[in-house]
Amino acid sequence: MTDPAPRFASPAEVRRALREVDYLADDGIAGVVFLAERLGKPVLVEGPAGTGKTQLAKSVAEMTGARLIRLQCYEGLDESKALYEWNYKKQLLRIQAQRVAEDGGAGGWGDVEEDIFSEPFLLTRPLLEAIRAEDPVVLLVDEVDRVEVETEALLLEVLSDYQVSIPELGTVAARQVPLVFLTSNNTRELSEALKRRCLFLHIDYPELEREREIVSVRVPGIAEDLAEQVVRIVRSIRALDLKKAPSVSETLDWARTLLLLGIRHVDTETATGTLHVLLKYQSDIDRAAKELAAPAAR
Amino acid sequence: MVGEVFPPDETLPAGSSAGLLATVAGFVAELRSAGIPVSLTENLDAVEALRHVPLGDRDAVKYAMAATMVKADAHWKVFETVFDVYFAYRGEQYRLGHEPEDDEEAQLVSGLLGVPEGDAGGGMEALSAEQLAEMLYRALRDGDRALLAAIARAAVARYAGMEPGRPVGGTYYLYRTLRQLDLEALLGRLLDAEGGVGEGGDLDERLVREEYESRIDALRKQVEAEIRRRLVADRGAEAVARTVRRPLPEDIEFMHATREEMVALRRAIAPLTRKLAVRLARKRRRGRRGPLDFRATVRESLSAGGVPIEPVFKPPRPSKPEIMVVADISGSVAAFARFTLQLVYSLGSQFSRVRAWAFIDGIDEVTDYLKGADDIGAAIHRINTEADVIWVDGHSDYGHALEAFWDRWGRQVEGRTTVLLLGDARNNYHASGAWVLAELARRARHVYWLDPEPRSYWDTGDSIIGHYAPHCDGVYECRNLKQLERFVEQLG
Repeated sequence: MTDPAPRFASPAEVRRALREVDYLADDGIAGVVFLAERLGKPVLVEGPAGTGKTQLAKSVAEMTGARLIRLQCYEGLDESKALYEWNYKKQLLRIQAQRVAEDGGAGGWGDVEEDIFSEPFLLTRPLLEAIRAEDPVVLLVDEVDRVEVETEALLLEVLSDYQVSIPELGTVAARQVPLVFLTSNNTRELSEALKRRCLFLHIDYPELEREREIVSVRVPGIAEDLAEQVVRIVRSIRALDLKKAPSVSETLDWARTLLLLGIRHVDTETATGTLHVLLKYQSDIDRAAKELAAPAAR
Repeated sequence: MVGEVFPPDETLPAGSSAGLLATVAGFVAELRSAGIPVSLTENLDAVEALRHVPLGDRDAVKYAMAATMVKADAHWKVFETVFDVYFAYRGEQYRLGHEPEDDEEAQLVSGLLGVPEGDAGGGMEALSAEQLAEMLYRALRDGDRALLAAIARAAVARYAGMEPGRPVGGTYYLYRTLRQLDLEALLGRLLDAEGGVGEGGDLDERLVREEYESRIDALRKQVEAEIRRRLVADRGAEAVARTVRRPLPEDIEFMHATREEMVALRRAIAPLTRKLAVRLARKRRRGRRGPLDFRATVRESLSAGGVPIEPVFKPPRPSKPEIMVVADISGSVAAFARFTLQLVYSLGSQFSRVRAWAFIDGIDEVTDYLKGADDIGAAIHRINTEADVIWVDGHSDYGHALEAFWDRWGRQVEGRTTVLLLGDARNNYHASGAWVLAELARRARHVYWLDPEPRSYWDTGDSIIGHYAPHCDGVYECRNLKQLERFVEQLG
């Protein structure tokens, strides 16, 4: 494990660098990414869907010029899908080849065994791949809250010591400390052990100014006025009591829609007519349409 | 104003200075007493993290501490308050009665007023009340944050009337300051000024209004922070931290929640139900196997040359309990009934059927009111006004309600039914009707009683929970969301 010189001098520098790859971080996000790099600790990112949790990992990879390795979690994910697996088909072939050779009369079982449990027969899965990587990598463990508590334990060794134990081969230690991001939609409480090993980052819906910046950066060609109006309306809708509040990605979709429709100024009619881009439940759409059409007084 | 947490000359050597360690340790103790669990390793991580961030940068320090010690979003607000208090601006220039004479501020003032009224060096102090109001108006109109912060400071100095050693809480000062600023009238003035410019449309008007409201809200927070800072300067961080300590949402007691806490509770319940639903579904799926899936087993065996190495099983047929909720909705426990009903209903898909009854001294089935209601508040309101829950005088009468329940619906309770009774069992000295529970317990699979009162109050005064308890499979204390969550999880 080597300890390369720190890449960033301060959180502000991280923020600038992220900006260059079109990710607008706030002080909290930049600060945590900075610390993760300095302390060599994984980052647990939590927050509502569609606020840029996964995008953060992608952008950090792009910013540092690292390769992104992604482990998508789901219920039933196990060792053989997350860490490594023996390529048993190849192993069978090897044994069969050995048998053919044996008719000629050479070698014993011991040789075969040593042979078939060696690296050429190992299938690396994302976690092991991230650890064995020679080049800089960013590991993204997406939606970690979907795996069972037992599988979570599997992550612990990787996350705290950056090593993987393979019984037949011994311990594989990381050649360099990869940046690790875990995202969670908070459908269940993660274990204390996992939380303790991570830096915690909660990404919420952005402040008005930041969201406006995000819109103008991500939707090229949008007028300043329209962007301002878009984010104000979205803020207004988020304040309502809805099943699912519009996320940042939906804000962007909406801004793009308005731009395509050639709309310069959003009035009540256009807003209610395009609400289905922002909201995904009919009851939410009805409610928002009613609210937006009502006179301003509350 | 530069936000320094530690004196600027204190740079951190490799071993970390003793002063810093002591400060962090004190802060951790404060966090713990506010209810945020901080482990020893997290404490060490925080110290380690502080070695890498510039200590002169207040925000950087704050985020470094938050990232290492606060591991749940719900704890963030509490953390922020504790941080603000514990690391309040310290040092000579922030003493009470010694106002910072900021050149920048003076410039702002003279610049905004156009004509330098007398000597601009006096800063905000020299302004008249009218001038201050005018400046506030302009600052809000233009959304000028720096100026708003300066005005908040000046307003607190001028209007709050804070005196050292006076034993009054922060809310009192907040009220005094805000009353003088008269934000309502300001909002009206801002909107009037805007009215001429806007090209019409309700939507525009709404957006403008909301923008101003958010700016005013920002000002209010500034004022609050300033008051807190002054309180700390006066009384010391530890004393103030104690007074601003607020319970975490999951610890708020149903029966004594303030209006503000109710809002926090309502907000906390949506993610909680989502979490519970996932957990219940998982629990049901795991651990049990259905019958052998022959087709899938043969298909699977092909990769092993036709040897069925791993048998495949069909997913089990879930057995879902049927829930009957019988809730006391009289004044004292209404909030508790509301949250429990909401929780059970939003988990509807996890149970084969949910039915609900509400009672005070009469009882009525309210399943239909709650069914399909997106807004539980409206449903509860309908129950209160339309359902037939009052028999004589509108004081809880468990005995009569239970007997009526038994007469009309008792026969529908069957082996798959779980009966949930919600209430504090404060029966106003009526007959208990406990025999109904005994009958119910015989017919139903389980009978549980949830009591929102602390266990130590049970069976005191007119509480007769002791009469009912022997017939229940379990009586649970449910004072807050944490306890409610624990109960519902074992129900599934």
